[in-house]
Amino acid sequence: MTPEIVRGRELSKDEFDKLPKVIFHPKAQYAYDCGNAINRYLEGLKNGKILAVKCHKCHRVLVPPRSFCEQCYVPVDHWVEVKDSGIINTFSISYVSADVTRLKEPQLPAVIDIDGASPGIGIMHMLGEVKPKEIKIGMKVKAVWKPAAERTGAITDIKYFKPA
Amino acid sequence: MGLPIKRKVGVIGAGLTRFMRRANETGRELSFFAAKEALKSSGLRYSDIESVVMSSAPDAFDGVHMKGEYLADGAGGFNRPYVRAFVGGGSGVFSIIHGWYMVASGMYDTCIVVAEEKMSSCMPHPQAAFNSIYDHTLERPLGVNLLWIFALEMNRYMTKHKISLEEIALVSVKNKKNAMNHPSAQLAKETSVEEVLKSEIMAWPVHRMMVSPTSDGAGALILASEDVARRVSEKPVWIEGVGWNLDTSYWTNRDLYYPDYVEKAARMAYEMAGIKDPRKEIHIAEPYDPFAYKELHHLEGLLLADRGQAPKLLAKGYFDKDGELPASPSGGLLGVGNPIAAAGIMKLCELFWQIRGEAGKRQVARPVKRGVAQAWGDLMQVGTVVVMGV
Amino acid sequence: MKDKIAIIGIGCTQARPTSGDVSYREMIYEAAVKAYNYAGISPRDVGTFISTAEDMTEGVSIFDEYVPDQLGAVLKPVHTISGDCLQGIASAYLQIATGAFRVAVVETHSKASNILFPAHIEEFAMDPHYSRYLHLDPVILAGMEMRKLCEDTGANERDVARVITEARRNAMENDLAAYPGNFSINDILATGYVAEPLRSSMVQGTSDGACIFILASEDVTRATCKKPVYIDGISFFTGEPSMDTWKFGKSKFTELASAKAYKMAGIKCPYRELSFAEIDDSYGYKFFIHAEALHLCESGESVDFFRNGAFSPAGELPVNISGGVPGFGKMHGAACGYQLIESVRQLRGEAGKRQLKDTSRGLVQSWRGLPTQTGAVAILSN
Repeated sequence: MTPEIVRGRELSKDEFDKLPKVIFHPKAQYAYDCGNAINRYLEGLKNGKILAVKCHKCHRVLVPPRSFCEQCYVPVDHWVEVKDSGIINTFSISYVSADVTRLKEPQLPAVIDIDGASPGIGIMHMLGEVKPKEIKIGMKVKAVWKPAAERTGAITDIKYFKPA
Repeated sequence: MGLPIKRKVGVIGAGLTRFMRRANETGRELSFFAAKEALKSSGLRYSDIESVVMSSAPDAFDGVHMKGEYLADGAGGFNRPYVRAFVGGGSGVFSIIHGWYMVASGMYDTCIVVAEEKMSSCMPHPQAAFNSIYDHTLERPLGVNLLWIFALEMNRYMTKHKISLEEIALVSVKNKKNAMNHPSAQLAKETSVEEVLKSEIMAWPVHRMMVSPTSDGAGALILASEDVARRVSEKPVWIEGVGWNLDTSYWTNRDLYYPDYVEKAARMAYEMAGIKDPRKEIHIAEPYDPFAYKELHHLEGLLLADRGQAPKLLAKGYFDKDGELPASPSGGLLGVGNPIAAAGIMKLCELFWQIRGEAGKRQVARPVKRGVAQAWGDLMQVGTVVVMGV
Repeated sequence: MKDKIAIIGIGCTQARPTSGDVSYREMIYEAAVKAYNYAGISPRDVGTFISTAEDMTEGVSIFDEYVPDQLGAVLKPVHTISGDCLQGIASAYLQIATGAFRVAVVETHSKASNILFPAHIEEFAMDPHYSRYLHLDPVILAGMEMRKLCEDTGANERDVARVITEARRNAMENDLAAYPGNFSINDILATGYVAEPLRSSMVQGTSDGACIFILASEDVTRATCKKPVYIDGISFFTGEPSMDTWKFGKSKFTELASAKAYKMAGIKCPYRELSFAEIDDSYGYKFFIHAEALHLCESGESVDFFRNGAFSPAGELPVNISGGVPGFGKMHGAACGYQLIESVRQLRGEAGKRQLKDTSRGLVQSWRGLPTQTGAVAILSN
């Protein structure tokens, strides 16, 4: 029978704040091994290029690149350069930070289908130099790179994508 | 698939705690409350329990590494075969699948299935714990936020099918209202489409009232083999079909408008349950609704509505409590709350009570012999589906 | 239980202290490709996939997300067990036993080298209210337990040191091991204490690697596999999980799990009926606790058996010929995967220089490490 009362006592924010607590800051830090494919991708970004791989079996051009095709389950090592432009597949206008505090300027994440990659093959990145209201799915965008000297071989070597 | 299952598994007890933003209880205590309540309702004693399974989402919430081990004695995993299975947000509904295979295998006759989440331990806000679900090298450096994946998926879904925000807001209105009769509910409320759309925009198109809350809570179920279930319970509810499915982690290479993985999981569960026409043979649904659009998205994935048509059916009252196919009669995550894994068990508890005709004021108008519950998780990637019936 | 479920395929990478050249995806892919090849099947033939992982050791929340691609498991039933490799094997066993699946794949791996503060992550596993305020490195628990073991059984530092030297010497013969080494007992005893009487050289180093296992139902096994290794018994247990209820120097979960596994396998006298055992010998001293709990010797005689060489490769019941945990390293649940690989090879006659004669039955046992009281036992036969 569905219960009429259930156990558990809710604390108000005030009560919660006043109670003694065990505070623990986990030093959960990692140096992630990126492996062959992603290291080469990052090296490409450092040089201002978006690199992809082509699967010899399904012929898909894939970005982010990978050492094996997850659909055909074969190794892939045919590298191609794709364009640093693409089409917005979907986007958001984000007014809050990860810990849900209000942002002054909204963040503009998007999935961008990259030109030269197979249809529907995209990456997540940010949009910039655009009014939030004007963003549309299907809009053409182009990467805005950091100056070569400031690139470190990271996804943030592309500052954002702006309308092309 | 389509292979014969060794033995039938029955659900004979269910228990829930209150779902709350900040619980006074520890995670172990919440697990204990839920497990104890479920045991009490089952007619079994703790000494009759041969195995225990735990389900809980990221360790970062409770703030304990190897959280399953920490929660063990609260859940009843003391000197018992005990293990935790994990499929992100899908874990809650997966928990019963995990319990199902423990019992259906013939290895154990009884199993307590417990799901727990204590999100309030994570400071300053539990949502930040989700940042580490993104790719460590290619996504996290962008300054990610969990809300994005929902916003990106919702936008794609709305654009593809030309769905309006009003149509989606209606899910929040329905579920928050259904929750008014749920004893565990955290965010039950009589509200309106206007009010939902007036709530702040968090990550467009997601508005605050389209988002389930962060919660503390636990739930539990007692499973038993057919002979034990028939012996100790007057009204066992059978697990007729289970299904689960995981899509690629390259989520930016998929079209997010349709959850293929939910469809595959649903087909697996329906086939096991011998269901050919789910829209006729299923009487209630508890689809996963952490965000308002997700309920519609999932009803389509569960093959209970044509692609893009769930919003139209919702507007006609088809999914209401007195409609043809009541969806989230519990009040769902939007109304009852979302202690991740425990919310999945809450949906299973609802099927159990509705099918037994014991849902009290929440009992739906139409007769219920069979229901489906579903959860979803990871990077918009996993579907877990359970069909229960008598 | 009369299910005859077998391991029909194994694949792994070499365990290494670091593996900076490959991502975990690439590492697991290598192991998986080898396993599919070994079994002569493709991922399309597999019904269900199980990975074993814990978020905090991966540095990824909901690690389950990143599992399917490298296993060929996209849009397939996949789930994660927050446990060790043997618990994953048990999960696959149970799923096949339901009748719903014929073939299951189990994946286990470690990228322990990527964790910058491993002791801190271990501390994060302690109960936040009752024990974490002490801010102790959980290795202290191992020190306390080693002392208790020595008091209870008459084992001394030299015995524990010898477990380490023998394990690492066995690892010299094993190409998969990360920590081969030729040490004397005095070398071990010359290192400093981390938690007296436990010395730094008794604490296993961490290592990286991946193992894949393919399990199949009886009909598939008969049709595809010439030398199947059957799982005669499998069981996992949690003992007394909170620290205040621990019995230092005993392993309740191992006793319970082995009792169930022996019963399934019809084993009455383990040390006569087993051809070999691969057990968890973390920190050296755990060897004695687990050997005792598994009844690999007469009760209370594990130290004597060990001193007399009964557990050495040429002894009556060889234990940890593979090199054990000191040989493979601490792998967050994957070390027992390597011990399982060794067992499968021994039973198939594929263990090369280490091959024992007339193997018919073996045991693998695991412990999830500090600060848990959880582990599993599997009994295998050919």
